[in-house]
Amino acid sequence: MSDLRFTSEHEWIRVEGDTGTVGISAYAQGQLGDMVFVDLPKVGLRVEKGAEMAVAESVKAASEVYAPAGGEVIEVNAALNTNPAAVNEDPYGRGWFLRLRLSDPGELATLMDQSTYEAYVKGLG
Amino acid sequence: MTTTGNRALMLEEPLLFEQDAPGRSGVDLPEPEDPVADRLGGLRRKGRIGLPGLSEPQVVRHYTRLSQKNYGIDSGIYPLGSCTMKHNPRLNEKMARLPGFADIHPFQPAATVQGALAVMDELANWLKALTGMPAVALSPAAGAHGELCGLMAIRAALEHRGDARRTVLVPESAHGTNPATAALCGYAVQSIPANGDGGRVSVAALRERLGGDVAAVMLTNPNTCGLFESDIVEIAQAVHEAGAFFYLDGANFNALVGRVRVADLGVDAMHINLHKTFSTPHGGGGPGAGPVVFSDTLAPFAPLPFLVHGPEGLRLAETGPAGAMPFGRLKGFHGQFGVFVRALAYMLSMGGDGLLQASSDAVLNANYLLARLKDDLTPAFPGPCMHEVLFDDRFLKDTGVTTLDLAKAMIDEGLHPMTMYFPLVVHGALLMEPTETESLASLDQFVATVKALAARARAGEAASFHESPTLSPRRRLDETAAARTPVLRWRETG
Amino acid sequence: MRYLPLTADDRAAMLDAIGAPSVEALFADIPAAARLTAPLDLPPHQGEMAVERHLTALAMKNLSAGCAPCFLGAGAYRHHLPAAVDHLIQRGEFLTSYTPYQPEISQGTLQSLFEFQTQVALITGMEVANASMYDGATACAEAAAMACRVTRRRRVLLSGGLHPHYRAVTATWVRHTGAEVEALAPDPINIEDLIGRVDDETACVVVQTPGFFGHLGDWSALAGVCHAAGALLVVAVTEPLSLGLLTAPGAMGADIVVGEGLSLAGPLSFGGPGVGLFATRDRFVRQMPGRLVGQTVDADGRRGWVLTLATREQHIRREKATSNICTNAGLVALAFSIHMALLGEAGFTRLAELNHTAAVALAARLAQIRGVRVVPSTWFNEFAVTLPRPAAEVVDALAARGILGGVPVSRFYPEYPELEPVLLIAVTETVSADDMDSLVRALTEVLA
Repeated sequence: MSDLRFTSEHEWIRVEGDTGTVGISAYAQGQLGDMVFVDLPKVGLRVEKGAEMAVAESVKAASEVYAPAGGEVIEVNAALNTNPAAVNEDPYGRGWFLRLRLSDPGELATLMDQSTYEAYVKGLG
Repeated sequence: MTTTGNRALMLEEPLLFEQDAPGRSGVDLPEPEDPVADRLGGLRRKGRIGLPGLSEPQVVRHYTRLSQKNYGIDSGIYPLGSCTMKHNPRLNEKMARLPGFADIHPFQPAATVQGALAVMDELANWLKALTGMPAVALSPAAGAHGELCGLMAIRAALEHRGDARRTVLVPESAHGTNPATAALCGYAVQSIPANGDGGRVSVAALRERLGGDVAAVMLTNPNTCGLFESDIVEIAQAVHEAGAFFYLDGANFNALVGRVRVADLGVDAMHINLHKTFSTPHGGGGPGAGPVVFSDTLAPFAPLPFLVHGPEGLRLAETGPAGAMPFGRLKGFHGQFGVFVRALAYMLSMGGDGLLQASSDAVLNANYLLARLKDDLTPAFPGPCMHEVLFDDRFLKDTGVTTLDLAKAMIDEGLHPMTMYFPLVVHGALLMEPTETESLASLDQFVATVKALAARARAGEAASFHESPTLSPRRRLDETAAARTPVLRWRETG
Repeated sequence: MRYLPLTADDRAAMLDAIGAPSVEALFADIPAAARLTAPLDLPPHQGEMAVERHLTALAMKNLSAGCAPCFLGAGAYRHHLPAAVDHLIQRGEFLTSYTPYQPEISQGTLQSLFEFQTQVALITGMEVANASMYDGATACAEAAAMACRVTRRRRVLLSGGLHPHYRAVTATWVRHTGAEVEALAPDPINIEDLIGRVDDETACVVVQTPGFFGHLGDWSALAGVCHAAGALLVVAVTEPLSLGLLTAPGAMGADIVVGEGLSLAGPLSFGGPGVGLFATRDRFVRQMPGRLVGQTVDADGRRGWVLTLATREQHIRREKATSNICTNAGLVALAFSIHMALLGEAGFTRLAELNHTAAVALAARLAQIRGVRVVPSTWFNEFAVTLPRPAAEVVDALAARGILGGVPVSRFYPEYPELEPVLLIAVTETVSADDMDSLVRALTEVLA
């Protein structure tokens, strides 16, 4: 089992202690196509669960990225500024967006585990 | 590949900046008179601007070669759905260039521009007659600008009655300008489903969303699926019962001219794209004009300036008649006058009878495409359609060919592709609008070509589609690279 | 009907193929209540000659500026346009094409817009320019809206030297997204204090150069104050030719430069269609409104151009777009670009010099007429004068003598009685020595 948790909006979060690393799923990057720009928030931004906190852009689409849990942005993946393709190439690794210090890890309970998410995606057709 | 990179009439052309010879110019100007003390206050530019120097023959050749890399409605069928690419009559161009229209300044005394003001008045009267609406604002520069005009008037009317509403409802099939305009006007946008009755807005679903917070409903009719919103009168009633205003996006007015007056539909405001319905050229992206017709309720809130009749003839006024509460000004000067002249020349040429025949032929041509292509492509909705016909990409299922590939293959066949991937309510949309100025022979050639391409796709020739186009001035361009590392201007290197 | 190719036989055959009994049947989805039952009461179609006669008669009722000494400006300046410009923009491939959505068969439009973007960036001294807005006034409004997005602030400060239409359009526009507009009083004598009004809530300051009344501003200090406060400086240019002679706004620290290209793009056409110029810094490019053309390569590695960074735009981003603009001013931008190509560095700078020297010469002569005072101490090709009588009356008296003698400021600011005597006088290369003599003579008579 992977340690990833997913939202129905296709964000993933990997939790280590009180911090979570966030990105978008392999399915999401596939739907968007070749990533050309990722608009990342400023470090220090506080977000509620479900708030818009980044935007992933391909040539013909832009998709908001929502916070899978509330917290404070403590680091962003600046490498995406010069190489947004990392989101396509390695969505769960080099393609991470940002790290959050979680305000309430309990919020993660409603997220899907990987197999549930994969079944969910399959259901989207 | 040839030595030059040219291929017969397809001539490669460098950028202007790559043809520079310092000091050279394509104009001859006199030496400035004996130098006087300047009045620049020390702000004279220091250093070169960097503009290239070319002679007139070089400039003429440059743009002639560039023009040959473009497809226009003059070249052939241009069936871009929702864009109404009809023939652009050359009489319009000639009229707009009469010195009495072209060479007049926006701030000449009114007595010296009575003919120009009469053009505006006459155009306004045609638009009011064709729509049945009592008022028109001419100044908006394009469709989206007209939407802004309409929504600003709606907001002003609501503020006037002390009714702050915050939401605008827009069908999911709407042009992107609708939600963008509503947001620009300070409204929250809510999408309403548009697949209620086979591609139409469902009155029941709309009623559920209507409430005290809804300022306006924006609807396109015929809608972007090429279908008439049959329940429009009921929709208008529901909108008004909820205390909201009804905005009609007139981008597709070409289907209705002379046949339906929007006033009879219960519309409060609608923009009219003179560069679509009334034949003024698109010019590679503009200019257009988007006058807005208003109902009696909204008319007092129309923007500046006002065209008024007075004892000394027509004049443009900054204050309206009694009761006018203009929401402000939308445009510098008085609107797209040169476009007005062209549109009026078209209306006078067509007359009431010609405009009715045009909308009939536009609808006939679209239905002809539907009838001839329905067995080879997959119509999104059964006919009849209005002035444009929508197909989805089910006919390409399992062929490995996408809507985009098909469009690019059409380019090699000398056709301009239809609108692709819009509206968003069907998968892989192909939206075709032939317009009334396409001949039957042209439609037949288009049909035969599209049928042949569909057959090739079914025959497993996906690879050749993926290569296409191969015969155009450029093959597929790398849009991902363009967006990842934007190069938005020429720069001197080295 | 000459624009309709279908014959009666065609229509019958097509209905047959469709399987519809009549064209009326195709309109079955329109409820009867919504359908007109009788034709509209409009005149019938007419041949070219009849239409031409009607419209020519209307055109003849206007005094075309070329038939009179013309000193009108106020945001629209009459320049000579080389014959090649109008010829080239009437090539059908430019005139009758749509927005370049299919880049493989739109390279002509795309390359010319890339060149236009470069020219606009060069003359304004900015890093990047878009492919045009509707006009200068709407470009100004879009700049103020963009400044609010960039700074996440809401206060917009408008100079009294900004063109009144630009002020009105900007105020109308940004008010709807919650911005607070502070428009300073019209400022003919250039005494307003903008610097003192910039604070940490200011989104932008919008100034104009040359100013509406003629003044040339050095905006460097204001730019410094804006930047220190986290605000943007927007500079509007209503006479782009001035950039041939004056220090570029970009060199003074402007963050956004907007302008009206009409004067260099085509005939004035009663003020439109014009072309909005919009230039900014690279770092703000994703907040820009309007279309952008970018360079790339095709599948064979050959250089080509495409519309790019489209995720800012309404057709993708819908309610989150940077603007709702779709149609822009493509063909007018092309005309602007062709004219700039013909002028080149040498022609552009010389034409600017000619305009300025002519304006300086006329100002000196007007200042000698009793009761006439030239207001600004610096100007490019237009300056305000005060007259001993309401300027609008004087303009009418000059018009009666066949002279388009200037624009009375009261036309824009009827609520400011102190501006009643102020007249704007513009002098371009199209004004001859005889024209100047006529104005001086007539004005002397009228004021006597």
